[in-house]
Amino acid sequence: MTTVDTPAGTSTGRRVQVGLLLQRQGALIALVVLVVFGVLRYGERFATGFNLSSFTGDTAKYGLVALGMTFVIMTGGIDLSVGSVVALGGVVGVGVSEYGLLPGLLAGTAAGAAVGVVNGLLITRLRLQPFIVTLATLLAVRGLALTLAGTRAAVAAPGGFQSLGSWSLLGLPVAAWAMFLAFLVGAAVLHYTPWGRQVLAIGGNVDAARLMGLPVARTTFSVYVLSGALAGCAGVFLGSQNGSVDTAAGQGWELTAIAAVVVGGTLLTGGVGSVLSSLVGVLLLQLIFNLIVFENGRGAVTISSFWESVIRGAFLLVVVLLQVRLVRRRGEAGRPA
Amino acid sequence: MADPPLLSMQGITKQFLGVPALREVSFEVARGEVHALIGQNGAGKSTLIKVLTGVYARDAGRIEFDGREVAFPSPHAAQLAGLSTIYQEVNLVPFRSVAENVFLGREPKRLGLIDWGRMNREAAAILRRLDLDVDVTRPLHDYAIATQQMTALARALSTAAKLVIMDEPTSALAEQEVQTLFRVIRQLRDEGIAVVFVSHRLDELYAVCDRVTVMRDGRTVAQRAMADISRYELVSTMLGRELAEELAHRRSADAAPDGPPVLEATDLHRGRALDGVSVSVRPGEIVGLAGLLGSGRTETARAVFGADPLDSGTVAVAGTPVALRSPRDAVERGIGFAPEDRKTEGIIPQLSVRENMTLALLPHLRRHGIVDRRRQGEIVDRFVTAIGVKCSSPEQPIRELSGGNQQKVLLARWLCTDPKLLILDEPTRGIDVGAKRDIQVLVRRLADEGLAVLLISSELEEIVADADRVVTLRDGRSVAELTGDDITEDALMNAMATGAAADTAVDSASDTADPPAGPATAPDHDPTTAGRQP
Amino acid sequence: MSSRPDTPASPAAAEPDGQPAGTTAGTGPGTTAGGATAEGASTEGGRGGRVRWSVWAQRYGALAALAALFVYNAIATPYFLTPQSLLFILLRQAAPIAIVAVGMAIVIGTGGIDLSVGSVMAIAGQVGAVLVLGGQPALLAVLAALLVAALCGLFNGTLVARFGVQPIIATLILFIAGRGIAQLITGGELQPLSNPDFQWIGLARPLGVPAQVIIAVVVAVVAWLVMRLTVYGRYVLAVGGNETASRLAGLPAARVKLLAYVTSGVLAGLVGLIAVSATSASDANNTGVGMELDAIAAVAVAGTPLTGGKVTIPGAVVGAVLLKLLQNTLISKGVTKEVAQIVTGAVIVLALWLQRQDTP
Repeated sequence: MTTVDTPAGTSTGRRVQVGLLLQRQGALIALVVLVVFGVLRYGERFATGFNLSSFTGDTAKYGLVALGMTFVIMTGGIDLSVGSVVALGGVVGVGVSEYGLLPGLLAGTAAGAAVGVVNGLLITRLRLQPFIVTLATLLAVRGLALTLAGTRAAVAAPGGFQSLGSWSLLGLPVAAWAMFLAFLVGAAVLHYTPWGRQVLAIGGNVDAARLMGLPVARTTFSVYVLSGALAGCAGVFLGSQNGSVDTAAGQGWELTAIAAVVVGGTLLTGGVGSVLSSLVGVLLLQLIFNLIVFENGRGAVTISSFWESVIRGAFLLVVVLLQVRLVRRRGEAGRPA
Repeated sequence: MADPPLLSMQGITKQFLGVPALREVSFEVARGEVHALIGQNGAGKSTLIKVLTGVYARDAGRIEFDGREVAFPSPHAAQLAGLSTIYQEVNLVPFRSVAENVFLGREPKRLGLIDWGRMNREAAAILRRLDLDVDVTRPLHDYAIATQQMTALARALSTAAKLVIMDEPTSALAEQEVQTLFRVIRQLRDEGIAVVFVSHRLDELYAVCDRVTVMRDGRTVAQRAMADISRYELVSTMLGRELAEELAHRRSADAAPDGPPVLEATDLHRGRALDGVSVSVRPGEIVGLAGLLGSGRTETARAVFGADPLDSGTVAVAGTPVALRSPRDAVERGIGFAPEDRKTEGIIPQLSVRENMTLALLPHLRRHGIVDRRRQGEIVDRFVTAIGVKCSSPEQPIRELSGGNQQKVLLARWLCTDPKLLILDEPTRGIDVGAKRDIQVLVRRLADEGLAVLLISSELEEIVADADRVVTLRDGRSVAELTGDDITEDALMNAMATGAAADTAVDSASDTADPPAGPATAPDHDPTTAGRQP
Repeated sequence: MSSRPDTPASPAAAEPDGQPAGTTAGTGPGTTAGGATAEGASTEGGRGGRVRWSVWAQRYGALAALAALFVYNAIATPYFLTPQSLLFILLRQAAPIAIVAVGMAIVIGTGGIDLSVGSVMAIAGQVGAVLVLGGQPALLAVLAALLVAALCGLFNGTLVARFGVQPIIATLILFIAGRGIAQLITGGELQPLSNPDFQWIGLARPLGVPAQVIIAVVVAVVAWLVMRLTVYGRYVLAVGGNETASRLAGLPAARVKLLAYVTSGVLAGLVGLIAVSATSASDANNTGVGMELDAIAAVAVAGTPLTGGKVTIPGAVVGAVLLKLLQNTLISKGVTKEVAQIVTGAVIVLALWLQRQDTP
């Protein structure tokens, strides 16, 4: 899906187009290359249904968080609280786990959405900076999650609630299907609904959006609620798959989500972005982890898991530098006056 | 007029913190007329427009629009009622397509989802009505400012506007683009749509407006037919004082510049922006840099100042070839540059007048890395008085000053470094007539004292009045040079249009009231040069 | 507490921004060039009284809150007013945050942010510890650690200043990669330390005062003087206030930003050494975790806008002490650590709301 309109015709346009392709599809190309590399190097074991299903199932929760973050970033904002919201959603979901998965999902998502409401109100009503507001809720919500968890560990009741870890459909876990579906819906919403266009317009030029009579406050608010809800839902996924939620659940997820969105090619300044690219970004960053596990499994060389974060950081660096080149080039082609 | 007016504002009063901004203002616009609204900055034009469009609530008064009494709660509500505003800075979303910018908030839908096909078709149709044939699916920022301005206009039309307010729409446009805009305005008038036109440029008012309302000190002081009021009368009504010397030439004839050039730039090339520009400035000389938007005026200034890298060409300062890699290099060699856009490139808004004024001088106010506050204070006091900056104290944040006073502080920022060359990019844009004159007089005085000045201006009037010599640029190339009495508006326009200094008649200049159209190469259709002018 | 006492409180009538709060300064709808002041005084209408109050709250709010909390504790908390409690609990705990917050304040002043401080702490701590454990002299270990920290800052600064990468993203790279690097240095294992020379900064108490408190005071005073008196200090404000304009005025904007990130890196490295010394163990997994948040919170709570163009070093220090004292007070009153965290979040929001008027 393209959300960036393609300039064409002139040679500058074509150069930008190549750059855009690289920016938009660079992550996808890297993902394909890594998958091919994995298949060639680790053979069947890598390509098995088991690996594929555990990989996608595991990635689902990160995907949901990144999806919400994508919309927030497209408005030019940021949501640092999602990691803590994952913990909160997980604790709440696990708390009602004896009633089964669906009530758990509803409760966890609602708890996340409630945090989103707080973020959204502070940002739109009190007009505070998103970065610092969500930083504050990051602290506060983790405290809330830990308080709710209390002294006893947040362990899920056995039974239905934990079925997300085992259910699968056509060879893929239900969690993975849920993620793919969420991204498809997200992409369609961005392209085909006024709300989606408003999100991009606000990120592109908030003053213009206001003068055009777009419901800037309402849309901005809703984006944070969405992000909170998705993060809460991801927390329930985590609880359902692992059977418990520990105190460090979701810590640092906000930054991996931001990294995934940026790797996908969405500009942090807002106004430009693609939902499906964020999915590619998440898959790419998770695949690196998966490959390291396989490389160690092969035995010849042992790569310490510490390399994982180093490699992720390096990936982010490469993507960022590519984006810089692209933005500079585009700046030459049509610097807005 | 037999018909009741489309818009009637009576007894409008508005106070801010007890300070009246509007006092019993009345303002009427008839259907299908182009109505000029003029006044100095602070006269109340913007406040009046904002009260009308629902940005501010009025304290007292009555507004009737289209036969009904109204009080719009927001600009959006005003829009829905048929009252659209086009702002000086294009207020659209640069990354989104032209079509989206026309329809954002009112997208055509099918089954609740956006109907992209219909949206693109309808947007293209509206733009064709404005004689603009562009690919509406491309992002807005690919296009020239004029096209962006037209997109804003298309948006206004698509809301079925009855009245379009244009707040200094031409300040970012080149002459030729202004002509396109005027044609569209006349077309709107013929279709029965009224236009309120705010501008500082007198030529434009006479070219396109039917009637004029003049504001001063929060009051309406005159409402007349454009044909019944002379320029002189217009200016003096606006200022509330006699200003006979306003349009007089101020060139001091005998102060012939001499000595080797302070700046000699030869055959500058940079990407598509500069394609062979040569210009030199000698001490005591004001050299005008003229050309249409996108001709490379600002790019030349930036290159000479080291702000943008050059592909080829040489720059010599005081006879020595130099490689300027950053503005810092240029500053160290005695060059100063007052950029066109004060707000984003000039002032540091939250810092005081004192800090802003001495910013470029700081390296010289340093003793062991520490700022010499006493010397700093002395210098600031001296320049505040000498240049006539109106501020409550040097500690007042610069953002609180009016545009004219901000510009004076920015000039002082360079003057206190005792530069050899001062580059001024549109030094009087958006400044009220009084401050504008102060600045013109100041620049002339400085030149008489030996400063070399490179002056960029879109206003031919200003170039003709101020410059000793004019270098004309066209498509990134210096194409003509005029000196002394050869500098006339006709000659300049001719040079911009055809690239020749000869004074052959410009055929499109036959319409006396209008500034003539520029060259045939419309920047609209060439997005690569479009929007280059920052 | 403001580092800029030279700016007098604006008289209410001249209150700056006509922009409705929330619009980005300079791009607001009403900005006809020249931004006429009379017309601009607008939206503050009818808030004259509150403007003065909010300016006061913004500038001294954190200090007043600190004073109030201090007085409350002096009365209500037993043994609070003892040197043991003040120096060895409150100030000793607040010192590392204060030192990092000083660097953060400068970076924020340039309009940036440094998320990597926690990771840089871990890297510097590991470098120092590994060298000392390998038998190198303590001084060499300290210098090497600070050098590595400076290089980390240089990396951040280069991305931001030369490549124009957004600060959040540029420093996010090292935030993610840095901890892995720190873990790789020691293999991720916790190693006990016992080298009194090396651990001086974490354990010594010259004149009965913890060394880290003294270091924090020295760092803060030096930074305060630099920001107030030097040309560099003015440059930081100018670059943070309007980078394009600063560059066109001939300021070395890139170098100003680069130096800010290097400073932040070095200070984080210093605190990394303090942390490793104080715990007598090199712990790559936990050193500096969450420090970026504490430091940013300390800066924000004292009323420094995150948009740049303003630096108050005393504010950052007060913010660090205030947040620590707040947490300690709550915990000493039997409130759980988690609830204390919630309150901290709420206090940050409150501080933001108070400073809002100044940063539309």
